[in-house]
Amino acid sequence: MALRRSSGQAPKLELRDVIVRRAGVEVLRVGELGVETGEVLAVIGPNGAGKSTLLQVAALVLRPSQGEVLFDGAPVGVDTLATRRRLAIALQAPHLIHASVLENAALGLRLRGVAAAERRRRALDWLRRFGVEALAARPATRLSGGEAQRVSLARAFAVAPELLLLDEPFSGLDEATRGGLLDDLAGVLGETGVTTVFVTHDRNEALRLADRVAVLIGGRLRQVGLAAAVFGAPADEEVAAFVGVETIVDGRVVEVRDGLATVAVGGQHLTALAPDHLTERVRVCIRPEDVVIQTPREEAPASSARNLLLGTVVEVRPRGAEARVVIDCGPSTLRHGSGQASAGQGLSTSSGQGFRLVASVTRLSVEEMGLAPGARVAASIKATALHLLPGH
Amino acid sequence: MELIWDGLREAVEALARGDDVLYSTAARSLYVSGLATLISLALGVLAGSFLALQRFRGRGLALAFVNTGMGLPPVVVGLVVAVLLWRSGPLGDLHLIYTVWAMVLAQAVLTFPIVTGFTAAALAAQPPELRLQLLGLGASRWQALWLLLKEARLPVLAAVMAAFGAAVSEVGASMMVGGNIAGETRVLTTAVVLETSRGEFAPAIALSIVLLVLVFVVNLVLTGVQLRGR
Repeated sequence: MALRRSSGQAPKLELRDVIVRRAGVEVLRVGELGVETGEVLAVIGPNGAGKSTLLQVAALVLRPSQGEVLFDGAPVGVDTLATRRRLAIALQAPHLIHASVLENAALGLRLRGVAAAERRRRALDWLRRFGVEALAARPATRLSGGEAQRVSLARAFAVAPELLLLDEPFSGLDEATRGGLLDDLAGVLGETGVTTVFVTHDRNEALRLADRVAVLIGGRLRQVGLAAAVFGAPADEEVAAFVGVETIVDGRVVEVRDGLATVAVGGQHLTALAPDHLTERVRVCIRPEDVVIQTPREEAPASSARNLLLGTVVEVRPRGAEARVVIDCGPSTLRHGSGQASAGQGLSTSSGQGFRLVASVTRLSVEEMGLAPGARVAASIKATALHLLPGH
Repeated sequence: MELIWDGLREAVEALARGDDVLYSTAARSLYVSGLATLISLALGVLAGSFLALQRFRGRGLALAFVNTGMGLPPVVVGLVVAVLLWRSGPLGDLHLIYTVWAMVLAQAVLTFPIVTGFTAAALAAQPPELRLQLLGLGASRWQALWLLLKEARLPVLAAVMAAFGAAVSEVGASMMVGGNIAGETRVLTTAVVLETSRGEFAPAIALSIVLLVLVFVVNLVLTGVQLRGR
């Protein structure tokens, strides 16, 4: 999704030095967060991180204990109704009222005093765009979870909001329903270009919909940036763990050459892209989906992956259609650094002083490759997939 | 047994011939208790909404008071209202004591905590995010409250039924502030007390039947509204 940032224009929404306290306890602290016109900002973080509180502040229904909220560059005053009517919200539960689907979809328009014919036309249009027009006459209480959430989204879009706030709108839905709705929402967001703040704890949803990602942990903004940057280069270990890095190990930089760092990890040498500020002690972050598992052979296959490690499977954890394979990587590599694999270096056994590497594979691969505890495997990781954080 | 049969027969006869006194007393009961219920509905819904939706110091204490008030003894209410309206009392100049207005006031005071307590409970039972959702769709505070009350209309209607039932069936307060004056402040309950104390069971039974029918019809109508709203 392209970022429609217009230079020089004030952000659609801006939070400045916002602090929210509940019963004297600080639950949210945001130094500065701007949402540019036309962008989709995903706010991600674990449960209880303050995401919903942030959304309530953005929705102007929760006044922060300190700090200010700006809409189009202007501070939002005491009477928020006029500004609130420029935004719309859809929550995790659809919260439809006891009325027909059509009346629900038209609710925001009715609250704004839009004439009956006009609100019917616009509500029906949005119900159609979310594929639930046929249900218009049905009581909203007789909808499935997915249908109700579609009506909730249609209701939010029907008011043509300048700012759309979504609070985990998919988390109550089953996998299949979620996928379809996510696709439809992505399409509508792209089409309308509406400025959106999208709260989720699901990384994949954030990646699918967002231009930028803000990571909120423990009530603090930990990192804000383009989705690829946040997921590829998390700012710290907690962010890394949250954005899906499952292998975080200590390392020591032994060489830096041509923008590549050679890092000693658990008796092995790994090659990674050297970040700008490289410390000697580092923490090496590896995402499970960046690890490719192969059956070890006498000769390492030709590959562009700079790191090829030998190891023993210690655990296989099924997760739906996927599985997490935990590999104990011994102190030897088939290939690292410059040059191709050398047969003489390959296939030495590990002595148990290595590190644990987590890989994500399909259940099918687990079966076909016979991945089970004790199985010998080779794991390859591209140098670009390794992310180095300052170590302790 | 004969006493009961005679009472029932006389009641049916009185009802059938359209006994003026019987029907005018019933109409007064409906009027006084209906008006009192409407007043407590208007004020109680506002107070209940405030208690349910606002966070303030002493809210718990206020809710405890309201819940206690739901079981307020009518004679205590009657006593307080009588003292207030007594000719030499603080509101004596209004000359309301021993009028239907005094009875309306007493019954409104009696039923106000019932409507307040039921409304607060009904709103508290709604998902807290519903209000956020409504405000986030552009509802003003009053629009949001109105929609929340509409969503909670079943328990709020139950509050109306409970309030009307309490008002129309109380006797102590009406007796104390109305005086049970024939043709003026006599309602079904005070009439039943009077007839029974005289040993006139037949008219007492007739009045009681009318009272029960009245309560039943009002609740039937309200239940109909409740079911339609489902």
